[in-house]
Amino acid sequence: MSNNSAVVQGEDHYLNHSRGLMSWLGTLDHKRIGLMYLFSVLLFFLMGGVFALLIRLELFKWGGHNLVDANTYNKFFTYHGAIMVFLVVIPAIPAALGNFILPIMLGAKDVAFPRLNLASYYIFMTGALFAVLALFLRGADTGWTFYTPYSIRTNTTVLLVLFGAFIAGFSSILTGLNFIVTIHKLRAPGLTWMRLPLFCWALYATSIIQVLATPVLAITLVLLCMERILQIGIFDPKLGGDPILFQHFFWFYSHPAVYIMILPAMGIISEIIPVFSRKPIFGYKAIAYSSFGIALIAFIVWGHHMFVSGQSELANFVFSLLTMFVAVPTGVKVFSWVGTMYRGSIHFNAPMLYAFGFLELFTMGGLTGVFLATLAIDVHLTNTYFVVAHFHYVMVGGTLMGLLAGLHYWFPKMFGRMYSETAAKIGFWLIVIGFNVTFFPQFILGAQGMPRRYWSYLPEFTFLNRISTLGSGLIGVGFIYTAYYFYRGMRSGAKADANPWNAQTLEWKTSSPPPHENFHETPVVTQWPYEYLPEDTSMPANLR
Amino acid sequence: MIQQAFAGSVPLQGTEVAVRWDSLYNFLVGLSIFFFVLVVGSILYFIVSYKHDSKKKTQYITGSHLLEAVWIAVPTLLLMVIFVWGYSVYHAMTQAPSDAYEIRVIGKQWLWTFQYDNGRTTVGEVFVPVNRPVKLVMTSEDVLHGFFIPTFRIKQDVVPGMYSSIWFTATVPGKHQAYCTEYCGTSHSAMLAKVVVLEDHQWKAWNQNKEIGPIPEAGQPLPSKTQVAGTLGKKPLIQNISLVEQGRQVYQSKGCVACHSTDGTNKVGPTHKGLFGTQVELANGKFVLADENYIRNHIEYPQANTVKGYNPVMPTFKGLLTESEMNALIAYMKSLK
Amino acid sequence: MLQEETVIHHHAHHFTSANHEFEAAKQGMWIFLVTEVLMFGGLFVAYGLFRGLYPEMFHEAHQHLAVHMGALNTVVLITSSLTMALSVSSAQKGHKVSSVRYLVLTLILACCFLGVKYFEYSHKFHDGLLPGGFFTNTEIKSPKASLFFSLYFMMTGLHGIHVLIGMGVISWILRRTLRGEFGPSYYTPIELVGLYWHFVDLVWIYLFPLLYLVG
Repeated sequence: MSNNSAVVQGEDHYLNHSRGLMSWLGTLDHKRIGLMYLFSVLLFFLMGGVFALLIRLELFKWGGHNLVDANTYNKFFTYHGAIMVFLVVIPAIPAALGNFILPIMLGAKDVAFPRLNLASYYIFMTGALFAVLALFLRGADTGWTFYTPYSIRTNTTVLLVLFGAFIAGFSSILTGLNFIVTIHKLRAPGLTWMRLPLFCWALYATSIIQVLATPVLAITLVLLCMERILQIGIFDPKLGGDPILFQHFFWFYSHPAVYIMILPAMGIISEIIPVFSRKPIFGYKAIAYSSFGIALIAFIVWGHHMFVSGQSELANFVFSLLTMFVAVPTGVKVFSWVGTMYRGSIHFNAPMLYAFGFLELFTMGGLTGVFLATLAIDVHLTNTYFVVAHFHYVMVGGTLMGLLAGLHYWFPKMFGRMYSETAAKIGFWLIVIGFNVTFFPQFILGAQGMPRRYWSYLPEFTFLNRISTLGSGLIGVGFIYTAYYFYRGMRSGAKADANPWNAQTLEWKTSSPPPHENFHETPVVTQWPYEYLPEDTSMPANLR
Repeated sequence: MIQQAFAGSVPLQGTEVAVRWDSLYNFLVGLSIFFFVLVVGSILYFIVSYKHDSKKKTQYITGSHLLEAVWIAVPTLLLMVIFVWGYSVYHAMTQAPSDAYEIRVIGKQWLWTFQYDNGRTTVGEVFVPVNRPVKLVMTSEDVLHGFFIPTFRIKQDVVPGMYSSIWFTATVPGKHQAYCTEYCGTSHSAMLAKVVVLEDHQWKAWNQNKEIGPIPEAGQPLPSKTQVAGTLGKKPLIQNISLVEQGRQVYQSKGCVACHSTDGTNKVGPTHKGLFGTQVELANGKFVLADENYIRNHIEYPQANTVKGYNPVMPTFKGLLTESEMNALIAYMKSLK
Repeated sequence: MLQEETVIHHHAHHFTSANHEFEAAKQGMWIFLVTEVLMFGGLFVAYGLFRGLYPEMFHEAHQHLAVHMGALNTVVLITSSLTMALSVSSAQKGHKVSSVRYLVLTLILACCFLGVKYFEYSHKFHDGLLPGGFFTNTEIKSPKASLFFSLYFMMTGLHGIHVLIGMGVISWILRRTLRGEFGPSYYTPIELVGLYWHFVDLVWIYLFPLLYLVG
């Protein structure tokens, strides 16, 4: 077993290095900041999830008035979308897991700018506070997309939500900036670019998008706030402005934002599959470069959200063509992951199960994405439940599965204890089955023509909506159960070794949980992180 | 109900474009199933074949340029085929023939209004001829809306301050469901319309303001008399149903239901249940008796008759209802005890 | 006058040397400036779009801007960029007094810039040349002229906020310079603030011709 396991007990580590509430609130330790992000994000996930369940309950029966009136329902889906996008899915992996793992993976003692890192966290929480504050006033009912001119005219407190998203955006920008400099400047001796773990590559590509796209969202939200305060009219047709310009600005950020959400999850999958297949990653360079391919294409495809908005046919032609190319680097990744398993020695621990879940759901999300990239097909499917199903398969099936995979994978490193493998398997099946039951029927609903953001629908859509609502209950149970066994694992799980998965990236070369400065001695890297030799097939965690 | 849900994953084909759309859609479904089975099938196969066994070794493989080239080239080619196919169908969807019959559409929260060359205006229902190209030239009075006819596979956003258009040649007579697909506020999900595709003789009659008789839902036989919807011409056409029932149909088809309820709940506007015969307090502080004249007056001049506690958002229906429709509507509202 | 090197700066524990730390900080600042470019970029795109749509209106509306005031401000800002650069180089050489002198000069020039802006703005307010819904001017005949002034106020306003923030951080490094925290071995903050200030200047160099000259 690991030579470090004996030393962990009673040793000074980042969790007991200093004590008291202030030692957390004022910490500069990237690991503690990562955990603070993680728990905040999980709190917002709970809020967003409650709104999701309320939405599904309202849609249990056709005709509206099942639970709430139309105005309240409109606020529910706005809150579900805004919370999940801005406060959960965007920060979940980079700010929480990335903050914790990235510096250790690089063999660094911290991120490049620890104070900026803590500031980012508080900026994020301030933004969240404004958005949540609006809940207690008149809410917001614009949808998370804030389309003009409705968002200019509505008498809800959308201004606070806009302001909150604007502030939270700076947290995202600063985190991206911090990560780029960290990856450039703080790699351990011997950690050359071609030895960089793929999670780091993925975070690097993500950070570039965060840094380049988020400022455009910021200025867009400022302009929209000014529409409401000063009536500047840039997006308001009544004053000569152009409501479609808003959509261009909005999607110039929000399409790349989709890759802010999914690229880090892909990075996690790239780490987990070789470890649990006990084999080198297939096509290291292709996976690393495809992250950049995706990041690059991300910036030139925003118009595919607007095929029926009234933009020109030429624009539609170009955006549809460019969008097709997103599928190529994405396919490269998926095929490389599957190829990694070939002639491996596959272990079925929870991280790997979630990686399988990711592959299944993300493949569905990706393939249905091709439907929506195809011009004629999109005309019928856009703004229907087909789109809702598609992006949930990508966002939940992709990002959330990646997050759960990563949480299980790094759980022993973060808390020094193991979660219950049996419980994790039950949770996994609840979530994956619940997810498919919830969202697969929505593909059919969309193809049949049920529009999204509908408080009431026609009676012929009842059956599939009912199934979808039942599935959402299953997901809810799955997540509550997952939270429960994670809590148990943190409190009383078996003590974890330094390297329970027998993995090779640097975070496993230090004790679990890591010491305050991550490493007692700066590690020196001599090989790439996927050097799994043919006889190296066992895993300490499974030998107990 | 289960049969209904899975009867077809797409609605009936109401245009030629819908037929072409379905071919492409089915091709994509097939292709997706192929790739899904390829990916998930390989995973399952590898899971079974290469399950951890402490006696077996792994094989040290770090990649294959040949395979990488294949899985870059093949999807790229396929995607280009899909793109070209998708664009050609899209092109057919968007290029309206110059002789298309034009109808002007106005979206406003939360009603669709249609204006025809002969000066007629309809609300909530648009009448079009079968087998003849029709172009809808659309704009909005307030916020974004979207006009979507699933059976025709077409959709277009309706934007204030500019005109957008869609066109179609309907091939299936009857009523086709249309939706608003760009979120527009409170009653977005009630902003529905019917596209009524008329056969040649009905179209001729409709244009001459003559009786056209009841129209069934597209692809379905004419339903029994209680379900006949209020597809009225200039005159009351359906003799064998009660005036109250006719009024109920007008109430549905003209979009009253988007903002008012008949069950006692207040929506954007006050409920109409039990309204008739009561004293109503208006925004200007006056009290009026809700009788026939008040209801008529309110429908035609809503801004002058806004009820206290509500926003003056109701559009005028002056000129949009025939006398007989007005009579039927008032009779219906009288019946809402 | 050359000062004794009394500055002892301890680089943070996760860097290997002071120079390592300086390089990281500088890279971070450059990335931050890239995000700033993109933020202003959104406004420039909106400007380009509406100018393309309504060229006559832009031409007529821009004649209501005071070119001489804009030109004066351009000179003021360029000079302040020079004094900022001189202050940075003095700090690098350890000339504390001249570094302080140039920082104060930069602050004064920034105040001048805002003063001129104040007169410009109040004149616009007086003439009813206000953004969007508040536009009340009747002299301009072209329709939708309010859009030009929306863009004018948004662009110069966002720039003005950057000037204010710049004055804040310059005051902060002025304080630190007075305390003797910088010297040839450690001058990172003053260098970074210098970069930021040049960026603020550069944005104005684009704003001035786009709004005042080519309208």
